[in-house]
Amino acid sequence: MDAVRIGRWLFATLAALVAASAGAGSGSGAQQNPYLPIAAARLRSALPAADGGDTVEVARFAMQQHPVTNGEFLAFVRTHPEWQRDRAPAAFVDADYLSHWQAPLALGDGIEARQPVTRVSWFAAAAYCEAQQARLPRWTEWELAAAASEQQRDARADPAWRQRMLDWYAKPASGALSRVGQTPANVYGLQDLHGLVWEWTEDAGSLMLGDDSGQNKADLGKFCGAGALTFKDRDNYAVMMRIALLSSLAARDTTRTLGFRCVRHGSQP
Amino acid sequence: MHKAIIGTAIAVLCAATAACTKNDGTPDGAATTAAASALHGDFGPPQGEPIHAVLTSPPEVPPPVNRKYPAKVIVDLEVKELEKDISEGVSYTFWTFGGTVPGSFIRVRQGDTVEFHLRNAPDSKMPHNIDLHGVTGPGGGAASSFTAPGHESQFTFKALNAGIFVYHCATAPVGMHVANGMYGLILVEPPEGLAPVDHEYYVMQGDFYTVGKYREHGHQEFDMQKAIDEKPTYVLFNGAEGSLVAEHALQAKVGETVRLYVGNGGPNLVSSFHVIGEIFDRVRQEGGSIEQHNVQTTLIPAGGAAVVEFHLDVPGSYVLVDHSIFRAFNKGALALLKAEGPENKAIYSGKEADSVYLSDKAVSAAPVAEARAAEASGKLTKEQQIKAGEARFNGTCSVCHQSNGQGLPDVFPPLAASDFLMADKTRAIDIVLNGLSGKVTVNGKTYDSVMPPMSQLNDDEIANILTYVRNSWGNSGDAVSSEEVKAVRASTKRPEGAAH
Repeated sequence: MDAVRIGRWLFATLAALVAASAGAGSGSGAQQNPYLPIAAARLRSALPAADGGDTVEVARFAMQQHPVTNGEFLAFVRTHPEWQRDRAPAAFVDADYLSHWQAPLALGDGIEARQPVTRVSWFAAAAYCEAQQARLPRWTEWELAAAASEQQRDARADPAWRQRMLDWYAKPASGALSRVGQTPANVYGLQDLHGLVWEWTEDAGSLMLGDDSGQNKADLGKFCGAGALTFKDRDNYAVMMRIALLSSLAARDTTRTLGFRCVRHGSQP
Repeated sequence: MHKAIIGTAIAVLCAATAACTKNDGTPDGAATTAAASALHGDFGPPQGEPIHAVLTSPPEVPPPVNRKYPAKVIVDLEVKELEKDISEGVSYTFWTFGGTVPGSFIRVRQGDTVEFHLRNAPDSKMPHNIDLHGVTGPGGGAASSFTAPGHESQFTFKALNAGIFVYHCATAPVGMHVANGMYGLILVEPPEGLAPVDHEYYVMQGDFYTVGKYREHGHQEFDMQKAIDEKPTYVLFNGAEGSLVAEHALQAKVGETVRLYVGNGGPNLVSSFHVIGEIFDRVRQEGGSIEQHNVQTTLIPAGGAAVVEFHLDVPGSYVLVDHSIFRAFNKGALALLKAEGPENKAIYSGKEADSVYLSDKAVSAAPVAEARAAEASGKLTKEQQIKAGEARFNGTCSVCHQSNGQGLPDVFPPLAASDFLMADKTRAIDIVLNGLSGKVTVNGKTYDSVMPPMSQLNDDEIANILTYVRNSWGNSGDAVSSEEVKAVRASTKRPEGAAH
């Protein structure tokens, strides 16, 4: 955990330098992957609220319609060469970073521009969003957006909503990923929050922590019994698995099924 | 609690002897007290070259340790998520330790220092970890082995307690990881080893929860609600229906002694483990020091295990079951041990009734597969149907109607040379699908009994069974097609649930 925090501090410093030197990011790809507004809401989160209450306040924000694609990320590394796989510092990406691409600046055969980008570290994902004058969603923002179905803002009590997620978990990750935008849009117009990839959140490294006062709470969620105490929504296995996945990762880690999308404050398009 | 008590005992001993360990964690050589060793099996630092543990897939068990000193043992275990058959024609995505359910069997010696490497395959979707009940330490290793896809974790423990222990994944949601098959056994041998036997086998029970009904064909997803309600679709030995029958049955000979390491992964059910036709000569639960003798059925808790031994005196088929018996006949908890050798009429007359206990899985599935392939290619013959139907009939129908079709007088009507059966083909299909209760007259005799609906059989199976019975034991008729069965199924309100 400490290493992650130090890494983040380093990253924040570096990102500030990059932003200062490169000027505002180009925002390329924003047109194809628009930011859709989500109204402020009180959310009953699967994680305990920091203040011990039952719900957390989530302010108005706007989220990208679908996960960031290979094509969008390729455009980003073209304009931000420090994030090419042969140049990105090892402190920020692991050895598998973008390793499925044919070359640092070419997708190659079998990799489609419209597939979601995966094998990106938290640092790289955060840098991408930064360049879009955006950021990664916080867990509660992601959870609020993903609680919706095609008909409801909060479909989490609907067995069909849960089962759809579980069905995706039941599919091994060995096959090729679908293109983005193939699943039905939810009430906000957002797609692929379930059924395509895992997604980074800004606070991924601290999800198992209820607050900063706990000594060892990060460990509690990882094993028997104690895990059940940390999660409030014990029935909601499907959501717990996302939290478990995110908490298994360090910020430089990448996996074959982990991508991301960005959010902005307020409701800028 | 057990671990906590041991831990306290160690702490007390350490305090009493000033220091059992140095600050750097290495044993304090000769100062290690004999009393402490006797209590918790710390026989000092590992000696000799590190040893790579032999891991085996079920039902095989690694060879005995046969070592006189504590060693460093390296265990490499890979987590794989993969799709396999849970029953014939039914696939399921299992999460596994080593590619099998249950996971690879691990065998070490008490006092060994185990360096554990847990790898999570790069194409895994989930993070995983391992909690070994044979580990003394928080989480049983779980907190130290939490591993993202494409990563490896390492931790080391000393095997302080001898016994047979369950290991399992303990990543949230724990229940789902276990329900998908993430469990196995680790045997910690006492320093002197175990008494030699002729065969050792590895059998582990687990309960499974699918959206579709028992034996509903196709790929089946995990059903969370059934898991929470503790209503399994399958209760299985070694992760698949029929994993230990027919050519995969456990083998032994008359006069030999068999030792079974029997675990129960759960996640929910407690097993009433029984071998039909045997009495366990010895049962040792968990790491317990008390050996039970002459046990008929032994409880194996979810997350627990036992070592059972028995001597084979009479040849034949011995059926392993969970004696919560509907699980055996309606959810798949059946396995087979075949003992070959000379009859011993002084002990058993030889009039075995094991055909009643065999599931259809115990019968060769080859004709069924052949018929399915033939139908797929549009070349299914009546003869193929009869053969496939015979296989299914012997498993499902012969329990009541008998394998010669004669039924039982006054209880179950005969199918052999049956006027009732041959009079109406559609009615026969309807009875198989929907059952029949009340009076019927067959060959001039009245029967007043109940046949349960067999709607769990699919259209092919029913077509083949009826083609078989309508062309056997003096009956002669045309074939029954799966389309005919489908039509009857569609036109009748099908009762849910079905039984053998």
